[in-house]
Amino acid sequence: MIHFVLHDAKDTVAVVVVEGVTAGTDMTGWIMDEDKTINVQAKQDIPIGHKVALKDMAVGDTVIKYGIDMGKVVAGITVGQHAHVHNIKTKRW
Amino acid sequence: MSVIDKNTTFLGYRRENGRVGIRNHVIILPLDDLSNAAAEAVAHNIKGAMAIPHPYGRLQFGADLELHFRTLIGAGCNPNVAAVVVIGIEDGWTQKVVDGIKSTGKPVVGYGIELHGDHDTILRASKSAKQYVQWASEKQREECPISELWVSTKCGESDTTSGCGSNPTVGNAFDKLHALGTYLCFGETTELTGGEHIVLERCANDDVRKKFQFMFDRYQDVINRHKTSDLSDSQPTKGNIAGGLTTIEEKALGNIQKIGKKCTVDGVIDKAEMPTHPGLWFMDSSSAAAEMVTLCAASGYVAHLFPTGQGNVIGNPILPVIKICANPRTVRTMSEHIDVDTTGLLQREITLDQAGDKLLECMLRTANGRLTAAEALGHREFVLTRLYESA
Repeated sequence: MIHFVLHDAKDTVAVVVVEGVTAGTDMTGWIMDEDKTINVQAKQDIPIGHKVALKDMAVGDTVIKYGIDMGKVVAGITVGQHAHVHNIKTKRW
Repeated sequence: MSVIDKNTTFLGYRRENGRVGIRNHVIILPLDDLSNAAAEAVAHNIKGAMAIPHPYGRLQFGADLELHFRTLIGAGCNPNVAAVVVIGIEDGWTQKVVDGIKSTGKPVVGYGIELHGDHDTILRASKSAKQYVQWASEKQREECPISELWVSTKCGESDTTSGCGSNPTVGNAFDKLHALGTYLCFGETTELTGGEHIVLERCANDDVRKKFQFMFDRYQDVINRHKTSDLSDSQPTKGNIAGGLTTIEEKALGNIQKIGKKCTVDGVIDKAEMPTHPGLWFMDSSSAAAEMVTLCAASGYVAHLFPTGQGNVIGNPILPVIKICANPRTVRTMSEHIDVDTTGLLQREITLDQAGDKLLECMLRTANGRLTAAEALGHREFVLTRLYESA
C-alpha cells in the first residue's frame, strides 16, 4: 500500500493519498519520477490529500515540491508532521 | 503506442463552415438579462431547444462590452451548436449577435422585445425554434479525423491529488493529442503564479513568450490592485485548502501538469478569442471553473477535459465537460459526477500512459455521443466573465 507520494527525490514534503493516517502510522512513500519507495512515520494525524514533512524545517526555509520552491516555512516543522497553512505560506502575494 | 494515432477518427457533425462538432444543440440565446424569461418560455414550448439564460448585457462598455459580444457570438458559432435563436430587448444589438453567428453559415435569427412584448416575441421565436429543431434532428454524424477535434482543459476544486494524479493524466493525453496536430487550450492565468517560468520555457518562440508574459503581468496587476490579503481562501480556495493545497505556488505547479511533458505553448489568445492554427493555446482567463469553460466554448472548443480533486460539479450547456479524478474519497462520495477514475495512478496500479489512454478512450466515446456525467446531471453553467462595473 502506498500511503504518500512525491514527485522528485529533492521534495521536502509529500502528499498523503490514503485515508486513516494517524500519529504513529508507519507509512510507505512512492517517489513517482524515480519509481522508488521510502518510509516515514506520521507524527500527527494527516487527512487524505494533506502533506507530511519529509525533513525538519526552520522558519524562513523554502519548501520544495515538484523539485521546485512552493512557499516558505512560517512555523518550525519536524519530520512526519502535518505540513499545511499553519506552518507554510506563499511568497508571492 | 497509444489508444490514438494519426488514423484515429470520430463521428462528428460537420458544420457549414467546415468545423466539426460533437453535439447538435439548438440554442435560444438571450442577449441580455431582460430576455431570459422569453428565452426560457421558447425552450419550454419547443422540446429539444435549450435556453442559455445569463445575468448581463446591459450598459456594459469598452473592452467589457466587446468581451460580452465575443462570448455570445462565439458560443453561437461553436460547432456543437446546430442553430441559434437570439432574443434581446431591442433589435440593434440583437442583430449584432445574429450577424456574428451568421458568418458560420448556420441557421440563426434574432427577435427584439421592444414594440412587441414578451408574448409576441415568444410566438415568433418559437416558430423559428421549431423549424430549427426539426431541421437539426435530421443532421447525421460523419467520420472525421481526430485532428479536427478541438480540446480544452481546466482543473477545478483541485487538491493535491490533482497535481499528482488527474492533472498529469490530462498532460499525458495532451502530449498525445498535440503530436497529432489538434487544437488544444489551457488557461487560468493567476493559477500559474509560482510556475510561470515553466510555461515561459515551453513557449514555442519569443513572440508567444512575450504575449504570455503580457497576459500574466496584466492579471497580476489586477490582483495587486484589489487584494486585501494573500488571497488565501480565494486563490487557493477554501476547497483547495481543505483538500490539502497550501500555497498558490503549489497549486500552480500542480496546474501546469496539465500541459504534459512535451507540448509546446504555440499561441496566446485573449478571453474568448479564436485560435488561428493547430497547437496548444494559452487563453488569458479566470480560474473560476464555469467562467473559464464558458470562454473555451466561445473560443470554439468542442470537448473539455476537467480534472478535479475535491469534486467540482459544473458542466456547460454546449461544451461537454469530462471529469477526471484521482482522489479515492471523492470518487467514492461523489461518484455520480466522475467520468474517469484515475485513483489507481496514485496506488501505482496503473502507469501514467495507461491513465492518459483511459482518458482518451472516454474522450473518444464522448465525441461519438456518450453523455458526460455533467450532461446527464443537467449541469449547464453558462457564466460570463466581466472586466469591471457596468456604467
